[in-house]
Amino acid sequence: MAKTKMTPTQKSQAKWGLAFVAPTMIGLLVLNFYPIFNTIYQSFFKTGDFGMGNIFVGLKNYATVLTGNNFWRALGNTFKYALIEVPFSIVFALLLAVFLNRKIAFRGGYRTIFFLPMVAAPAAVAMVWRFLYNQQFGLLNNVFHTTTAWISDPKIAWISIGVIGVWSIVGYNMILLIAGLQEIPHDYYEAAEIDGATGVKQFFRITIPLLSPTIFFILQTRIIGALQQFDLIFMVMDRSNPALPKVETVVYYFYTTAFNQNNRGLGAAIVVTMLVIIMAITFILQKSEKKWVFYN
Amino acid sequence: MESYKAKKNLTQALIHLFLIVFSITMLVPFLWMVLTAFKTQTEATAIDPFVILPSTWNFDNFATVWTSYNFLYLYKNTLLMIFFRVLCAVLTATMAGYAFGRLQFPFKNLLFSLVLIQMMVPSQIFIIPQYIMVSKLKWINTIAGLVFPGMVTAFGTFLLKTGYQGLPKDLEEAASIDGCNIGQQFLVIMMPLTRSSMVSLGIFTAVFAFKDLMWPMIVCSDAKSTTLSAGLAKMQGQFSSNFPQLMAAATMACLPMIVLYLIFQKQFVEGIATSGGKL
Repeated sequence: MAKTKMTPTQKSQAKWGLAFVAPTMIGLLVLNFYPIFNTIYQSFFKTGDFGMGNIFVGLKNYATVLTGNNFWRALGNTFKYALIEVPFSIVFALLLAVFLNRKIAFRGGYRTIFFLPMVAAPAAVAMVWRFLYNQQFGLLNNVFHTTTAWISDPKIAWISIGVIGVWSIVGYNMILLIAGLQEIPHDYYEAAEIDGATGVKQFFRITIPLLSPTIFFILQTRIIGALQQFDLIFMVMDRSNPALPKVETVVYYFYTTAFNQNNRGLGAAIVVTMLVIIMAITFILQKSEKKWVFYN
Repeated sequence: MESYKAKKNLTQALIHLFLIVFSITMLVPFLWMVLTAFKTQTEATAIDPFVILPSTWNFDNFATVWTSYNFLYLYKNTLLMIFFRVLCAVLTATMAGYAFGRLQFPFKNLLFSLVLIQMMVPSQIFIIPQYIMVSKLKWINTIAGLVFPGMVTAFGTFLLKTGYQGLPKDLEEAASIDGCNIGQQFLVIMMPLTRSSMVSLGIFTAVFAFKDLMWPMIVCSDAKSTTLSAGLAKMQGQFSSNFPQLMAAATMACLPMIVLYLIFQKQFVEGIATSGGKL
């Protein structure tokens, strides 16, 4: 800021402005910005036993993260989870949104039902699904007369977890897509109708391109959200579950390392590495945005 | 014309069929949770044929869960955590959002870029130092500890800033002619106009706090000082095979938020939809 004389209005704006942002800024510095640097700092230390002093170990924690199996396995599991949750929750949400954007009976009721999981605690949701998936007494095996080990068979457990993820988030994506659909001008469809374009053609030629900014927004937030999955894994998968190594995510690995084994230095290194990966993915997504997102 | 109409009816029917099947998929977990909560352990684990409806609708499981799992404390802790988090978030974000949206002050762009950076960073990176701070403050197993990370909100600041920017330009001018200073303008004229943004932020904050699992597990491990979410995790760890009791607990944990959602549906959907995927 140049040291020019401020008018009384400018002066009073400066005074009030700084006073009004002060609580938030101080809070962010203490609660978020100091922790970012402190986490990075701690990632260079080995956590002392029983709260004794920490020992500087340089890049050893990062070496453990990057050269060991655990992190890469957890990262692979996390991507596998995202690979189910993100595309399926968006495709189903898109169908639901298109259907509910028409004049259709019981529209509000459907919307209420699809959005319901958003207000349920993931801990409770996971408990219920764990019961539904139960090999002996679960509803799924009872109804379909199967004996599938939905969540303890390492081959399918990741899909079962992904299904809960889709079920939990599809209504949220749907609400955003309905909002996006309502912004598309009606004339476009009327013009297409006159030209003889059918519903399916209209969907791919008009709806999808004009909805691409909303789809991109959902895609980006859902990818980042899915990469931070923890609650479902923690609640559905027992510690003794043989499929756990095949589904545990990066944040689950972080949590158990930092808070069950109390190895905060390694936990910090895990979460810093995750930050770098999420930043890289965000960057790639932003770069790709221009390629396929259509802005009117 | 007839065939066109028939085709249209068929399409409508197929759409309804899809929506109904999807609705059932969405509702079955909730229904099964509630039905199981009323069953006895024998009914809940009956196979071939399995039992759909409980033989008697008694509240034994709810009563057992209520007393033996300290549900009164879980409700109280969750409610207090939500209350203080909403209060802090709405208060600080309204002030900061107004300043960023309507006022000129030194370092404004720099400070706002800090707000944006916080929103981009995954929240797990804050947790270890936040936990250490809470334990140094001796706030482990307290409401203050639960509220701690939610005292200010970058996302809320961003949301309210957008709300204030959307207000007409000449509002302040009219107010300053009337001799109001900036503080009075904010309180009397501007703040009431952003009520819907404040409600959205309040609902988002409440639902987020209600759903959060990791933070309450870390700072409130004590059964009487934790929240509903973390309490459920504890119960499942201890009694993983008493399905009726677990489902009764899950039902009791979900019920208040679902009832609020059904009453204030419009506000809930708006509040959560503006969250930008942070839920």
